[in-house]
Amino acid sequence: MELLKPELGLMFWTTVLFLLLLFILKKFAWKPILDMLKEREEGIATALQSAEKAKAEMALLTADNQRILNEAKEEKAKILKEARDTYDKIVGEASEKAKAEAAKILAEAKRDIENQKNAVMVEIKNQIGTLATDVAEKMIRKELKKDGEQMNYVNQLVGEIKLN
Amino acid sequence: MQKHFKHFFFIISFLFSANFLFAQEIAQTVIDSTKTGNEAKPTEEKTFKPGDVILNHIGDSHEWHFFSLGDFHASLPLPCILKGPNGFEFFMSSKFNHEGIDNSYADGEGKIIDGKMLPNGYLMNEHGKISRPDGASFLDFSITKNVACMMLSVLLLILIFTQIAKKYSTNKNQAPTGFQNALEPFVLFVRDDIAKAALGHKAAKYTPFLLSVFFFIWINNLLGLIPGSANVMGNTAVTVTLALFTFVIVNLSGNKNYWHHIFAMPGVPIALLPILTFVELLGVFTKPFALLIRLFANIAAGHIIILSIVSLIFIFGQMSPAAGFGSSILSVGFGLFMDCMELLVALLQAYVFTLLTSVFIGQAIEEPHH
Repeated sequence: MELLKPELGLMFWTTVLFLLLLFILKKFAWKPILDMLKEREEGIATALQSAEKAKAEMALLTADNQRILNEAKEEKAKILKEARDTYDKIVGEASEKAKAEAAKILAEAKRDIENQKNAVMVEIKNQIGTLATDVAEKMIRKELKKDGEQMNYVNQLVGEIKLN
Repeated sequence: MQKHFKHFFFIISFLFSANFLFAQEIAQTVIDSTKTGNEAKPTEEKTFKPGDVILNHIGDSHEWHFFSLGDFHASLPLPCILKGPNGFEFFMSSKFNHEGIDNSYADGEGKIIDGKMLPNGYLMNEHGKISRPDGASFLDFSITKNVACMMLSVLLLILIFTQIAKKYSTNKNQAPTGFQNALEPFVLFVRDDIAKAALGHKAAKYTPFLLSVFFFIWINNLLGLIPGSANVMGNTAVTVTLALFTFVIVNLSGNKNYWHHIFAMPGVPIALLPILTFVELLGVFTKPFALLIRLFANIAAGHIIILSIVSLIFIFGQMSPAAGFGSSILSVGFGLFMDCMELLVALLQAYVFTLLTSVFIGQAIEEPHH
């Protein structure tokens, strides 16, 4: 059959043309295209990998942040507690001090009062003594004539006046 | 969506126009045959012979005929390169008389042959083949229509893929765009699903060949669908050559394991070995043979079916013009359907040829695993 018989000339040209196509495309098309495709695929793979890594790092970082936050919270609580303690201490100390001061002042006041009272008592005793002497003088001047007897009696009277 | 529809519409209208062009060509043949018939044998030659028309289309030719309008033939003469008794000869096919009815020569057996004999003894016979009436042997290396179409396809492929390769280096590590984007899936498909699937880690060595075969077959199948174009992959010379490439590559890359399985299939009794070796050796040749027949038959058959469907119009048209018009509606519908099928077959046959080549190479380089 004419249709099935391969012609030599066409076979020759097919060989030549196909080999030409193969070598030109291999050098100028398939090599660069396949290389670029491979490079791009590898690029995408590494990009995905690094994204995965970044994600993991991010998770780590978040965990770290949480930890730091928790620590900070604890620190805050601690500091607050300390501050409260110090406050309490200071306030306590201050009130203690105030109490002591007050007590001291009170004691001083009491002592002053005592001293003044004593001074006043001495003054009063003296005054009373003078007064009594004056009174007795006036009374005795009338009744007693003898000086010696009079003086003894007065002293006896003064000694009896003991106010405290 | 609208854009897709536009593309679809473009393809459909292109296929429709393809049908009309085919029809136009065949119509011209009918007119020609009726005309020559009237001059020579009025009663016999008047009928339209679809077989001749179809075989003329399927076969190769020394000129590229585009269309004819009346007596005007738009055809491109192609160079003839012949190695005969007088050495190499080079001339354009237009040197043979196109009309082919002016001069008659008697060949060696006294048979009358139509055509113009060239001074150097070559003659173009009624089938458009170059022959020598003196019976001397010669080799025909002419740039025929198939060769010209193949040259065009090679040029197109080189242009397309070097441009795309350039785009890969300018758009380095970026998403593909345009034509590069359109063809990248096919390149990846051949690389991953044809080459890597069958050849594993040795795929890189064979991928350029597989890619070249795939796109070479595909583009020639597609070009063949254009009316007036050549039927490159529906020609046994082309498919034989491609299958020979497969044959050579498979058997050159065959390892010890491959030859061991052919000549001494392990685990087979010695008595049976000659038979099995014979069968295996046969297999070495039948595998590429099946490849070449499959590709040739599929593509040639597609062309024959489309031409037959279009020829129906003229067969009915000869009965009555009304029947011709009526059948044209049906024929165009069927022809359109077949054209769409052929678009698919064009890709499918390229895929099948490449895949089987890859599988055969894969069998030849397979390492023993026990």
